[in-house]
Amino acid sequence: MDTSVWITLALTLKVAGCATAINLVLGVAVGWLLARRQFIGREFLDAVLTLPLVLPPTVMGYYLLVVIGKRGWLGHWLQQTFGVNLIFTWQGAVIAATIVAFPLVLKSARTAFESVDPQLEKAARVLGLSEWSVFFRVTIPMAWPGILAGVLLVFARSLGEFGATLMVAGSIPGRTQTLSIAVYEAVQAGQDDTANFLVAITSITCIAVLLAAGRLAPGRPQLR
Amino acid sequence: MKHTPLRHRVGVALLALAPLAANAADLTVSAAASLTNAFKELGAAFEAQNPGTTVVFNFAASDALLAQIVKGAPADVFASADQEAMAKADAQKVLAAGSRRNFVSNSLVMIVPSDSMLGLKRLADLQKTEVKRVAIGNPASAPVGRYTKGSLVAAKVWAAVEPKAVMAQSVRQALDYVARGEVEAGFVYSTDAAIMKDKVKVVATIPTEAAITYPIAAVSTGPNPDAARKWLDFVVTSAAQAVLARHGFSKP
Repeated sequence: MDTSVWITLALTLKVAGCATAINLVLGVAVGWLLARRQFIGREFLDAVLTLPLVLPPTVMGYYLLVVIGKRGWLGHWLQQTFGVNLIFTWQGAVIAATIVAFPLVLKSARTAFESVDPQLEKAARVLGLSEWSVFFRVTIPMAWPGILAGVLLVFARSLGEFGATLMVAGSIPGRTQTLSIAVYEAVQAGQDDTANFLVAITSITCIAVLLAAGRLAPGRPQLR
Repeated sequence: MKHTPLRHRVGVALLALAPLAANAADLTVSAAASLTNAFKELGAAFEAQNPGTTVVFNFAASDALLAQIVKGAPADVFASADQEAMAKADAQKVLAAGSRRNFVSNSLVMIVPSDSMLGLKRLADLQKTEVKRVAIGNPASAPVGRYTKGSLVAAKVWAAVEPKAVMAQSVRQALDYVARGEVEAGFVYSTDAAIMKDKVKVVATIPTEAAITYPIAAVSTGPNPDAARKWLDFVVTSAAQAVLARHGFSKP
């Protein structure tokens, strides 16, 4: 049991880490788009992308099954074209965690970008910086504390993702069984010793993440 | 405007949140997932015979139900899909003395999606490389998984199948995985396969080491022992057995 717990923990961190990395890129891109660009359906897009925050995880899991399942339109196409199957794989778990946690970074990033004074960006442009340089040397550094807070929330949420992950990735020990699912399995089977151990590991991991988050985000008092 | 003291208002709010204490006339039946359809039908018949009693069902894998009962879930009746789960309940002293009896039996089948082209026929076919995933109940919590594992071990194919196994929470989840075509094959009871005839195909009936008999018993801590006893007597009546037979269950 001992080694399998560490495999489960490593898998959980891998899934959460991948979901966080994807969300960092997507969250910054879409957050900036929503904050700085006017286009038709902007608020509608925001609402749709925020949906995973309010929809039950089972609903998200079902949507994912219908879309990326072997008989789903996207899943079928992936299978036919690339021979890729996402259901019951750790990559499927990453997709579930990514989508479920995405609103957290999106909201934070959008708010962070909106709070950056456009005058400063204008000044940078006047001083001759290209649009890319303005974005990476002015906008991002100023919005960073907000984005980072969102990213840490995403990591925490991905660590604990359960419902959609269970439906999409199943519970295969060593391959798709994350900590939260392993806890569920142990309780279902009445294996309280295993459950206690897993719960302790999960709690310690989360505390470590929160402490790390406190260190990583020293900017809070000096935000303004 | 006169303000109600805050704690009164909080008190009223909390009252609204308090779970309704189980109605004295409720009979709570925790039953194996495979009994879902048959028991729902029996529940309606039982309510018709016992006016004023409402039958509340809790369907899940047998060991999950057992874990809930051991932790104090207010179930009156426990029906499991194998003797092992019931034996564990007995060992934990949660059964009413002398109430345990077997009431139906079932059989284990190997199923494939109805559009499967792999031509799987026997347990040994699961070793083929085209078979990537096989849905089986989790042996730790679902009796169907224990029966399946026992048969696969006896047929000496467990070592080949285990790496392909997708552990389902209950027999119904294994059925769903096959019906959706997410796995190449799966193991369920014949009664489960029958409810999704259009989506799954039974390719083999699998002999099991122990006969698949379902025990049922009253829970010693159940809030409604009278109704529990009535339910135990009811499920062995010829009328109830006829309903169970229509859902594919055999006599024990």
